[in-house]
Amino acid sequence: MNTQAHTLQSHLRREARVEGVFRVATKASAILVLVLLAGVLVSLLYGSWPALKVFKWSFVTGERWNPVTDVYGALTPLYGTIATSVIALLIAVPLSFGIAVFLTETCPRSLRGPISMAIELLASVPSIVYGIWGLFVLAPILQHAIQPWLIAHLGPLPLVGALFQGPPFGIGLLTAGLVLAIMVLPFVTSVMREVFRMAPLSLKEAAYGLGATQWNVVWDVVMPWSRAGVIGGIMLGLGRALGETMAVTFVIGNAHRISASLLAPSTTISASIANEFAEAVGDLYTSALFALGLLLFVLTFAVIAGARLLLLRLERNAVKRV
Amino acid sequence: MNALTRRRVVNVVAFVASGVATLIGLAMLCAILWTLLSRGFGALSASVFTQMTPAPGSAGGLLNAIFGSVVMTLLGILIGAPVGLLAGTHLAEYGRHSRLSTVVRFINDVQLSAPSIIIGMFVYTLVVARMGHFSAFAGAVALAIIALPVMVRTTEDMLNLVPKSMRDGSAGLGAQPWRTITRIVYPAARNGLLTGVLLAIARISGETAPLLFTALNNQFWSGNLNKPMANLPVVIFQFAMSPYKDWQQLAWAGALLITLFVLFLSIVARSVSSLFGQHANPGE
Repeated sequence: MNTQAHTLQSHLRREARVEGVFRVATKASAILVLVLLAGVLVSLLYGSWPALKVFKWSFVTGERWNPVTDVYGALTPLYGTIATSVIALLIAVPLSFGIAVFLTETCPRSLRGPISMAIELLASVPSIVYGIWGLFVLAPILQHAIQPWLIAHLGPLPLVGALFQGPPFGIGLLTAGLVLAIMVLPFVTSVMREVFRMAPLSLKEAAYGLGATQWNVVWDVVMPWSRAGVIGGIMLGLGRALGETMAVTFVIGNAHRISASLLAPSTTISASIANEFAEAVGDLYTSALFALGLLLFVLTFAVIAGARLLLLRLERNAVKRV
Repeated sequence: MNALTRRRVVNVVAFVASGVATLIGLAMLCAILWTLLSRGFGALSASVFTQMTPAPGSAGGLLNAIFGSVVMTLLGILIGAPVGLLAGTHLAEYGRHSRLSTVVRFINDVQLSAPSIIIGMFVYTLVVARMGHFSAFAGAVALAIIALPVMVRTTEDMLNLVPKSMRDGSAGLGAQPWRTITRIVYPAARNGLLTGVLLAIARISGETAPLLFTALNNQFWSGNLNKPMANLPVVIFQFAMSPYKDWQQLAWAGALLITLFVLFLSIVARSVSSLFGQHANPGE
């Protein structure tokens, strides 16, 4: 009897010991997520310090990027990153909105699953595949069919004309923006669909009862209700577009030059890093690329964190209402 | 036109437009898949799987790159998945309502969409610069860091789906929480957890940017984790950007292989998770 009690006791003690170890291991892993983010930030700061010390604010405002004379300014890649992302959103947001409306309102129930899945598959296609497709398929089409038309018809216009002048290269800001549009489309669509679905049924039914058409309900009831979520989804897409690397590297043309024309080759922050980092000689050059990385990190973190906060608040409100 | 007719016309136009938007989205997927299939299958041959990556202008295959990708992806998931599982367990079980969990959850969601090239720079500083050379190990570490948030997110979501009554039942029999978690909760969420692993593999097997300056590339066969190792994404990048027709062909073949693999994994993951009853959506 005594030995039995003893074994039970030692067994329970062992159980409790494992419990302690397991608890600490799970907590440590959770903390590791934070440590990794801090590590990324510290390593970027550490790596970019020499360049930031030399160039200070002129790193962000400087247009020249010259490894030969060791002068580095991030304005061109910064402009390229923002321009391509804006083009991508201008195309992807209306399309995503349309698809989300179609999937939540019009689509026959039996097609809903397959179509959502097909759109989501766009998100799992590796970015390098978008790049190779953009370079070998999309760029030639743009160069031979679409860009000549843009140049002929939009080029002579006042103001906007400057955006569509110069020779049709095929690769450049516009091409990168188009590829990015396809890539962020599934992410924006998926968030919009989710927030549209969260709109309270009673609200929609009330609108129908007042004689609203289906479109009235979408535009005047569901949209205002889910505005924060829609903005969150768009910002999430923006975060993706800002940081996307490989697809853009293929089709941007990698030219450190700011041109007024959207048809001209340019570069983005991520494409510059991808192209130059492994081959950068000289400490200042490497450090300047780290500083580019830091810039990208700050930019994307702010955008994505903002998006997440918006979506989080929306979720909480939805829970409260139920 | 009176107001009612106008509203009806607007209604029809809007919904036709939404249908057109959907068609455009689907057409994009079809266009990309069609190009991949037609160009990729044309370039696919037995030598792709039996020969090494060639010198410029000569024929060859992708054997060493396929091998390298498999090695680094597996190693990446072997490092990333257990850590992600534990972190997700903390969020769903021990620290469900703690302030730490709120912060971790938020940062993890941000990491899900963070640019992967920055992870490459981080691992370069952490591993490559320390060791003094590029290595397959560094590549695997970078992939593990990218797999981590996917695992954390799916683990938490899937564990949350397990009914509380099961945990209470186990606790009532005197089990410590760790026993309840490993014997009751994990088995109950098995399909969901498997989905997470599959999605994480799908996510990292196509990643290129973080490998560019960690694993680099290697024209030859290498099984040494301490040396640069060939891998499909970087080979595709290098070969596609080259002016050589042979290399471009191989790039298409490689792109086809990766895409088929990733799409296959995503579809399997989705069907596994729908068997579990609930739809997880960690890609957002």
